Amino acid sequence: MSEPAPSAASRNGEPLLAVTGLKKYFPIKEGLLIDRTVDYVRAVDDVSFEVRQGETLGLVGESGSGKSTTGYCVLRLLKPTAGSVRFDGEELTTMPRNALRRMRREMQIVFQDPYASLNPRMTIGDIVGEPLLVHKIGDRKRRRRTVEELLEVVGFNPDFVNRYPHEFSGGQRQRIGVARALALNPRLIVCDEPVSALDVSIQAQILNLLKDLQKAFGLAYLFIAHDLAVVREMSDKIAVMNHGKIVEMGSADEVYTNPRHEYTKALLASVPVPDPLKMRERKAERRKLKHVLAEAL
Amino acid sequence: MALLEVSDLRTYFKTREGEVHAVDGVSFNVEEGKVLGIVGESGCGKSVTSLSIMGLVQNPGRVVSGSVLFDGRELTTLTDRELEDVRGRSIAMIFQDPMTSLNPVLTIGTQITETLRRHMNLSSADAKKRAIELLEEVHIPDAARRLSDYPHRFSGGMRQRVMIAMAISCNPRLLIADEPTTALDVTVQAGVLDLLDELRIQHNMTMMMITHNMGVVAEVADDILVMYAGQVVEQAPAMDLFGRPEHPYTEALLASLPHLEGENVRNGRLVSIPGRPPDLLAPPEACRFAPRCKYAGLDDCNVVAPELREVRTGHWVRSAHPTSERTAVPVGAGAP
Repeated sequence: MSEPAPSAASRNGEPLLAVTGLKKYFPIKEGLLIDRTVDYVRAVDDVSFEVRQGETLGLVGESGSGKSTTGYCVLRLLKPTAGSVRFDGEELTTMPRNALRRMRREMQIVFQDPYASLNPRMTIGDIVGEPLLVHKIGDRKRRRRTVEELLEVVGFNPDFVNRYPHEFSGGQRQRIGVARALALNPRLIVCDEPVSALDVSIQAQILNLLKDLQKAFGLAYLFIAHDLAVVREMSDKIAVMNHGKIVEMGSADEVYTNPRHEYTKALLASVPVPDPLKMRERKAERRKLKHVLAEAL
Repeated sequence: MALLEVSDLRTYFKTREGEVHAVDGVSFNVEEGKVLGIVGESGCGKSVTSLSIMGLVQNPGRVVSGSVLFDGRELTTLTDRELEDVRGRSIAMIFQDPMTSLNPVLTIGTQITETLRRHMNLSSADAKKRAIELLEEVHIPDAARRLSDYPHRFSGGMRQRVMIAMAISCNPRLLIADEPTTALDVTVQAGVLDLLDELRIQHNMTMMMITHNMGVVAEVADDILVMYAGQVVEQAPAMDLFGRPEHPYTEALLASLPHLEGENVRNGRLVSIPGRPPDLLAPPEACRFAPRCKYAGLDDCNVVAPELREVRTGHWVRSAHPTSERTAVPVGAGAP
């Protein structure tokens, strides 16, 4: 594995990923024989942001805020209803299938649930090597070597290639998921709640791994999570989503220490902090923001 | 006086592979009017502890020894029939997932009045009136009308409020809340925690809060119990636990949390705890945290099982190397 060459986009000072006016509407249908669209769920509603090479944008929000849908639209795992997604200067939303396939080498995803996202019938080696096979990279021997290298990169014993997912714990499985995402030497990884299924002591291991890999390979992350502290730990810039819209975006420090939007304030005041001394302060803050919090119910 | 006294509680599960010691010699008291927080990671035995107290451990699990004294009365030897009078009446419980603990085919009204009629002997009209009051008390708008709604018509936070209404319906003296906000969004979680606090004071309830979230216990608990691999490893008043954690596990757990504010934000790498919790089929014979502890190995951590001992007033710890007695540097410091 080597550090990727500077891309066309970064040479021109353009962001690696530029999302503008992204919308994803899901139709609500009614009717028995003939479906009729009566309304839409506006899961993502006019979202714009940029991610530069080597940088992390944290996308934070509560369930149903549209953060994961945004991630899927960026990778075109879902087709956006409107808007533009430019990766390395190229428009993805209108890209034909085979060009898109080539583009997908550059952008990968790590899923939330390490139990559901690994095929239980495949060996670790096959799981991590599958992207190479799909994209027809190298011969059998070469792929085998790459897989062993990847396992080593994520802190695994390369001898584990012939084992199956059930032999590993949640944290270890998530490492396998990360190794698979790295297989094609991507420049962008969408991390969709990568640690929310893990215990705290294991969480830190995975977050550290993601940080190390970013440094080593100059990766850009779109880091999606509901845990505000985790997002803060990982991100350079943060976008707060609510009801399909980005309500506030800025540098991590700005958003957390000086939140402007009421919803961001309410969100921050709601997080339980492991410090009993801060409790009263936060409770008072929550009382002030009662009207915003009431809406959340 | 302690309302609940648990001593040397052991709950084992018989499996094909052997006996799982899920709760292995747990003792603690809950003082009247206080909130005890039990915190630990998945599989540490915190939920099984609360189920054991309520007599709700299911086959193949069994409370093999220990005593649970509630207001001076031994619960472990009660018959099912006698226990039914205690459960829901003097001790109530709320669980993590309100969707699975509510019956989807009965209206909310039927489910709340059921408890009231069983324990309080109310007529159906009185029970209904009381149910409306209860829903109002947990701040569910338009309570009278919502009584005839089914659980699926409520959001996650609202369902948890319904569960809470049911739990407090018979004025229990002890409320056991087992991860009550884990399935909820943070803003909804904050609302539910605030509500529990309000009701606890109004109804003069003692509470046990079981959670994996360090932030949640910090917010609600007076005293905290940290569990690891079926044992209590540390017990202290909340302020003291967060201010001066003693057990290497508690210390590492707090250090591994990403911070929301303060000088520790994005301070390079997070401290992680190597390895993972032990298999409870065959836990380490001596100190259970020793294989992951950065202070272990200095002496006989792998030979002698540490006892829970008081390092200062009210602060108990089960470790040979609590923070306040430590002079040595960690072995192989900073191993990933």
